[in-house]
Parts: sequence; C-alpha cells; structure tokens
Amino acid sequence: MPPRRTLQLAVVGTAAGVYSGLFGVGGGTIIVPLLVLWLGYGEREATGTSLAAIAVIATLAAAAHGLEGNVRVAEGALVGVPAVGGVLLGTWLQQRVPVRVISLTFAVLLTAVAVALLWP
Amino acid sequence: MIGAVAIGVAAGVLAGLVGVGGGILFVPALALLLDLGQLEAEATSLLAMVPVAVAGAWRQRSYGNLRLAEGLSLGALSFAGVGLGVLIAESVSERALEVGFALVTLLVALQLVRRAVGSGDEHDSRAAAA
Repeated sequence: MPPRRTLQLAVVGTAAGVYSGLFGVGGGTIIVPLLVLWLGYGEREATGTSLAAIAVIATLAAAAHGLEGNVRVAEGALVGVPAVGGVLLGTWLQQRVPVRVISLTFAVLLTAVAVALLWP
Repeated sequence: MIGAVAIGVAAGVLAGLVGVGGGILFVPALALLLDLGQLEAEATSLLAMVPVAVAGAWRQRSYGNLRLAEGLSLGALSFAGVGLGVLIAESVSERALEVGFALVTLLVALQLVRRAVGSGDEHDSRAAAA
C-alpha cells in the first residue's frame, strides 16, 4: 500500500475512532462518505469495507471502555445477538423492498429517538 | 426486554441495509429500554456491534463489496482516535453525552433521507471528488 494511501486510511481511522469511542457507534457515518469522496470508493464498496473497519474499531473501543468498567455484557448480548439475525433479514429485504422506503422509515424512527433523548 | 430484542433485530436490519454497525439503535435501546446510563449504553453498544459488523462484512464480501486489506488497515489505524474518544466520553457529563448522541442520531437520519432522495447520484459525487 503506498504511503499516501496508508496516511489517508490513518486519518479516516482516527476520525472514526474518536467518533466511535465518544458516541458508542461504529463510525460508518464518517467512514462511508470519506471513502467515497476522498479515496475513490463506490458507494457499495464503501459500505462493505466500512463494516470490516467497524468490526475492528468496535472491538478496540469496547476493550478500552471495558478497562474503564463501562461495558455490561448481558445487556450487550440481549440486543447484539438478535441483531445478527437482523443483518441477514436486512440483506434479504434489500433484494425485495425498495431501499428508499426502508431508509425513510428508519429516518423517522431515528428522529423520534433523538426527540426522546433530548426530552428533559 | 422484548422491546430491546425487537430493537436489536431492527438495528441488524439497518446494518444489513445501510452498512452501519447498528450502534445508532443499540445505544438508545440500552439507555431508554434497559435503563443503562448513557456512558454504559455507549460502551455496551460497541460490544454488541462486533458480531453484527462481522456478519455484515461477511455478507458484503459475497457480493464483492469488500476491500478487506484496506478495511482492516483502517480499523487498526483507529487506535489513537479510539483512545481519545473514550477519554473524552469518560470526562464529560452524562447529559452532554446524551445531547451529543441525539445530534449524531439526527445526522444519521438526515443521511438516510439524502440517500433515499438522491439514490442514483453515486457517479455524480465520485466525479465531483475526482
């Protein structure tokens, strides 16, 4: 891998890492657009490659938070194990339901979540 | 508890469709439905995300959408950023974390709307970046 490309990956990784460690998310929101706009990825390639990066980032961040005593393993399994089934359902749905409909449904759900969190 | 399981499935669906790890739904499920503090919810979300991201990457690989070496390099090179992020999360108040996370949620909602409205403009954005 050329040094310039390694440096670009390091910059994207560092930005995603801060975001991930701070907010408990994987960083795909940051990684996917940067891979597309800065490293010349196609949208689908960026999505797939982002998931591999997230697997590593989430492992590092969970370990760091674990050292601080912040991780609750049982609750993590309660949402994480059903989600693996959800991933398979999601890729199945992708072939059968317009992605536009699903994207907008989730956008509404996330907006409701934000309101619930901001409510004092 | 059933609600938490349902949100888990929904997070996985979102991950499979959009290529995120599912944390954007794990964190509120853990905080609002299982009564974890915001910091605990975020830390626990990261653990829950690992199998989801692995399963998602494996599925995407079968579609030829995965550049494995670069993805793993990107992940490994995140270590300094991860350390900094965890340090900040540890030092700010729970309420500040909660508000920050709500803003991230709105950002992702906006991205989903843009994706839904602008699907098919991939070539335009790549041309603009070139």
